Amino acid sequence: MIDALRERKFLQFILLVIVFILMCMFVPATDGSWLWRLPPLFANFPVWINDSVDYLMFDWWLVDVYDPDIEEYEKQPVMRQITRGVSGFVLFMIEFVREIILGGVKTIVTFTGWDWATENQWARWPGLPWTVVAAGAMILGYALSGTGLALFAGFTFIYIAVFGQWEPSMQTLSFVLIAAPTAIFIGLVFGVLGYKSKVVETILNPILNVAQIMPHFSYLIPVMVFFGIGDHAGAIATIIFATPPMVRLTILGLKKVPPEVKEAGLMSGCTDWQLLRRVLIPTARRDILIGVNQVIMQCLAMVVIASLIGAKGLGNDLLIALNRLRIGLALEIGICIVLIAIVLDRLSLAWANKQTDYFADQSFKERHKHFIWFLIAFGIGVVVAWIGSFIFKEGFNYLYLVPHNKGITTGPFWQAGVDWLWDTFFYTLKGFNEWFIVDVLIPVKNAFLGMPVIATFTLAMGTGFIVGGIRSALIVGGYLLFIALTEWWDRALITSYLMTMAVIISGFIGIVMGTLCAQHPTSSKILLTWCDTFQTFPSFIYLIPVMMLFGVTDTSVLIAIVVYATIPAARYTVVGLQSVPEALHDAGSMSGVNRFQRWVSIELPLSFPHMALGINQTVVFALAMVVIGALIGTDDLGQLILGSLSDRQGVGNGLVLGFCVAFIGLAIDQILRTWADKRKEALGIE
Amino acid sequence: MSSVASNSAEPVIRCENVFKIFGDNAKRMLQESGGVVDAAKFQENGCIVGVNNASFEVHQGELLIIMGLSGSGKSTLLRCISRLTQSTAGNIYIDGEDITSLNNRKLIQLRRNKMGMVFQSFALLPHKTVLENIAFPLQVKGVSTQDSIKRASEMVELVSLSGRENYFPRELSGGQQQRVGIARSLAIEPDIWFLDEPFSALDPLIRKEMQDEFLRLQGVLSKTILFVTHDFDEALRLADRIAIMKDGIIEQLDTPANIVLNPATEYVRKFTEEVPREKVLKIESVMDPVDTTAGATDLQVSKDAVIETVAELILTAGKPVSVVDSTGEVVGTVHASKVVNVLFGGRSAQQAGTPL
Repeated sequence: MIDALRERKFLQFILLVIVFILMCMFVPATDGSWLWRLPPLFANFPVWINDSVDYLMFDWWLVDVYDPDIEEYEKQPVMRQITRGVSGFVLFMIEFVREIILGGVKTIVTFTGWDWATENQWARWPGLPWTVVAAGAMILGYALSGTGLALFAGFTFIYIAVFGQWEPSMQTLSFVLIAAPTAIFIGLVFGVLGYKSKVVETILNPILNVAQIMPHFSYLIPVMVFFGIGDHAGAIATIIFATPPMVRLTILGLKKVPPEVKEAGLMSGCTDWQLLRRVLIPTARRDILIGVNQVIMQCLAMVVIASLIGAKGLGNDLLIALNRLRIGLALEIGICIVLIAIVLDRLSLAWANKQTDYFADQSFKERHKHFIWFLIAFGIGVVVAWIGSFIFKEGFNYLYLVPHNKGITTGPFWQAGVDWLWDTFFYTLKGFNEWFIVDVLIPVKNAFLGMPVIATFTLAMGTGFIVGGIRSALIVGGYLLFIALTEWWDRALITSYLMTMAVIISGFIGIVMGTLCAQHPTSSKILLTWCDTFQTFPSFIYLIPVMMLFGVTDTSVLIAIVVYATIPAARYTVVGLQSVPEALHDAGSMSGVNRFQRWVSIELPLSFPHMALGINQTVVFALAMVVIGALIGTDDLGQLILGSLSDRQGVGNGLVLGFCVAFIGLAIDQILRTWADKRKEALGIE
Repeated sequence: MSSVASNSAEPVIRCENVFKIFGDNAKRMLQESGGVVDAAKFQENGCIVGVNNASFEVHQGELLIIMGLSGSGKSTLLRCISRLTQSTAGNIYIDGEDITSLNNRKLIQLRRNKMGMVFQSFALLPHKTVLENIAFPLQVKGVSTQDSIKRASEMVELVSLSGRENYFPRELSGGQQQRVGIARSLAIEPDIWFLDEPFSALDPLIRKEMQDEFLRLQGVLSKTILFVTHDFDEALRLADRIAIMKDGIIEQLDTPANIVLNPATEYVRKFTEEVPREKVLKIESVMDPVDTTAGATDLQVSKDAVIETVAELILTAGKPVSVVDSTGEVVGTVHASKVVNVLFGGRSAQQAGTPL
């Protein structure tokens, strides 16, 4: 019996679950009992963070600074001066790009002053006509990929203009155009440092791990304290959020450079800088540009969230529309964000996949043809806008800029659709909603809340031990202990309950869908394309349609999470099944298996490690969404993070809450990843 | 193949007791061992022995082949000499200068002016064209674009790739890519040419073609060459001398003929067992002193000719054949019976002893 247990991990796990259930049944729910809940020893932790931040911001290292208003020197903390400088610079850059596209006077004012600008009314940058921007996007699409992308880019910008979302869209775009390159640059620098020095990489790794699971909101609060609110704060939060994947992919790409290529560079007599600039980075080009793509996606995912701390643009409008329950308008804005996301995604991917062309034997005109086209388009656009000023004598020149609320709108149509849905299916939807909440969600939630802390630890650490030995058990235990010692254990349980429900449903749907689609090359290709497209949607967008149907409830949040989190489950299933070698299929067929047997006995075991990683991603996606779900009302950790946004002393709370969410994810990550790695090793697959 | 002329002059490459041991405390363990390294004992302590006490010299214009199976340390030895890896102990002299202690700047100068290297996987830069790849070492060195491209064009011609100057590596076959690799390594006119299994990744037919090409180039350029391979036939075909390595130790370093005739260790003997003697031995090794009484034919063969290439001539001559050296002077006579012995002797005796 004991021997059998030692061999069979499955039996061990069954035993563990039995112990877990017994604990749940027999540990009494008494306050003050350490078996039931641990005391909140870390309750002061957020306060310490607040105090140190305050000290850093207001008391640390005072320096004399000249204040032009009172014409005297004043003592100011140096940190304040630094953050002020950074804010000013970022804001200037955003305004600069924004005014190139939309026109304005602030950039000119920066260099001259308001008095001068008022006196010289001619000194206004007029902004580009929307036709020129659209044409520019088309030409860029054509240069990077071809007609298809050109048409899509053109369509997107025309859609935006026609639907009257030009101004907020360009505000968002200018915001991305500053945040993304900055994040890319910082990521590249840290990536190279991480590649060059083992020490830096060892330091970076855990930071990157936490940073990628930390909920978006958690970044907002410290940024708000240090940099205030506004476009620049939004951009800085976005940069912090978008940099980690760039660092990761840079390190990965540089490590993937074949050692012989590096040696060839060295033997050619490259100095360190030449090696990096002319050999390593160009050879790792593709991975690095995938990083660029990731950065852009993260930036767009932050568009809505950054508007919470004052970033102007589509995200802000979307939040307002949702708050007023104007679903139709929200949907239109949402489509704009999605379209911009897809266009930027496709453009950057096309750039990544584009091979370098040889230019030496081309004429100047050939080499710069795309730029020449743009100049022509610019000329035409300006002339058209000028002609437009004669046609549209009253009010607005539609050939120059379609103002807000003057475009076509389908809002009423969608609103009518929602109303119709509500009128027609009110009882059905309401019935389902109520049944789901009362009979499914609440019992599960109560079950989670009814877990004694000792039982949770036993289950999690026991699983860790079975999968990865004492090391995994301790790591998982450490993560949980942090959460248990804060005062938010119950909230964390609610977060876990939503996440667990979502992961179970998503995992099931994803694996079934992935398996079915993987049976045929065409269907798997379609599924993967869908996954790609859906993944470019900023997570917030998923809330819009479910809110239309289920209002502000846990059901809405859960469905949004499920839809969002199914993507990685399905993707990894397909990829895992595709990675089963053809020879094994043939071997199976020659042994006379039918399709189902083949799936059960060959494909599933071999692709299961892959699927486990998919589930791991599902967890990450679900956690991200649970927290965003707080925006429309849940009572988990996310809600508290959102709350601490408006709290002056919120930094500590926000950060610690963020860590809690991240640690839930990391604990699960530890178990699933260790298991998948061990399985892969046992099966001898890559 | 040119014979080694200068024994008196300073060798181009001289290795003295070179060790390369991988592992965290390699240096300390090596010091404690006092220069006698037992690979098994080192491995227990987490150290892997790459090169174990290698000492040898390579002279001007000589082609030394380092031969060994995978894991024998041959590539590591090559990389110690090009200092792509830092050797753990020992001295490596290039033109009399100890390179193990060169600083980074001097090392770069050395590589820019004296060394060229060809890699097994070609290691071309994927984002540069054929011409740009070949010009790369020159441009890194600071040669103007115009001059470097002009020189690269000459190299393209040398390796017979004319017409493909503006192709990217991905558009070339393996053999063509390696031609680019060879051209790149020669662009700066190095004195020392390192080749790390240059033809191992190629198909057998292409490999043969590239070996011929390599011999042609070497005939024109006469570089000092270190050539690493795991293919014994290739080594026999190309080398002036061969160093056979096993577990980081050079088992034997000698001319192909001597290795085949007098294997120094059991390991080397196993390699040479299956080698057809006539493909390795030169007429020199089977010739008799000049015999004026036998009435030789007016046929002549060179003493450097490999037996296989002249066997038919000698066997059909009917009489002993005169052997001449490179100046045309008669230095010996070769009898058909000796050639027959080489062709069939050793092996038929072996086979007779083996039951079916």
